Amino acid sequence: MVPTSYYLVLSAILFGLGVVGFVFKRNVITIFMAIELMLNAVNLAFVAFSQSFGKLDGQVFVLFVIVVAAAEAAVGLGIIILIARQRQSLNVERVDLLKL
Amino acid sequence: MSPQLIIFFLLAALAVAGALSLILARHPIRSALSLIVVMVALAGLYLLLGAEFVAAVQIIVYAGAIMVLFIFVIMLLNAGEEERTNLSRIATMAGLPLAVALGGFIAAAIARAPLLPPSSAAAPFGAASTKSLATLLFRDFVFPFELTSFLILVAILGALVLAQRES
Repeated sequence: MVPTSYYLVLSAILFGLGVVGFVFKRNVITIFMAIELMLNAVNLAFVAFSQSFGKLDGQVFVLFVIVVAAAEAAVGLGIIILIARQRQSLNVERVDLLKL
Repeated sequence: MSPQLIIFFLLAALAVAGALSLILARHPIRSALSLIVVMVALAGLYLLLGAEFVAAVQIIVYAGAIMVLFIFVIMLLNAGEEERTNLSRIATMAGLPLAVALGGFIAAAIARAPLLPPSSAAAPFGAASTKSLATLLFRDFVFPFELTSFLILVAILGALVLAQRES
């Protein structure tokens, strides 16, 4: 059997890589994908804990996270299409209306 | 080394390689395909953890529906190579040491933590696991479950309003 800690370390690594991608990427769509990566990392931790404690509540949580991620993807991609239409670019540096 | 451990390390390496490739790829389509690799590897890990239903949902909803939506938008907007921009000077000077320090703190905390043993009681496996998951979802969590349908309805309306053509 695989120790639960291994899953948690993998989850932490994936989450960290997601944060790195979120901070460093310049393309809106890629940033959005980095967010999905972070959600997936958290899901892995949920399922690992669910198995570790022998309770299924963690898996129910994962289902809810997936539903919310699907809703988020639909709305977020709609926003991205709007940004691309108005700015003619997918670069986040061009979306700086609120920047001082 | 038990076969489970070998499979775990293979899938973990695949997931980390996919995540790295997501960050390093310059073209959004390559990032999207890397993310699909990560999701499939995670589905394999869920199978290893005895969560069959979650693994199936991961493949169908995440790798299937959400990523198709992503790739559809990438192609619709004809997203090309990412343009490089200069990082600010503060970010280059302070960012790297701080990131290394944070990573070191987290690694030290993980190294000091006791190794959580795998569950001996073990959650119910196979079809029984899916059955008890359904019982839990439709009995104890029925109110949140109904709320998600409302959430999805709102998301559909939001996406429609956002994406409609301006008159």
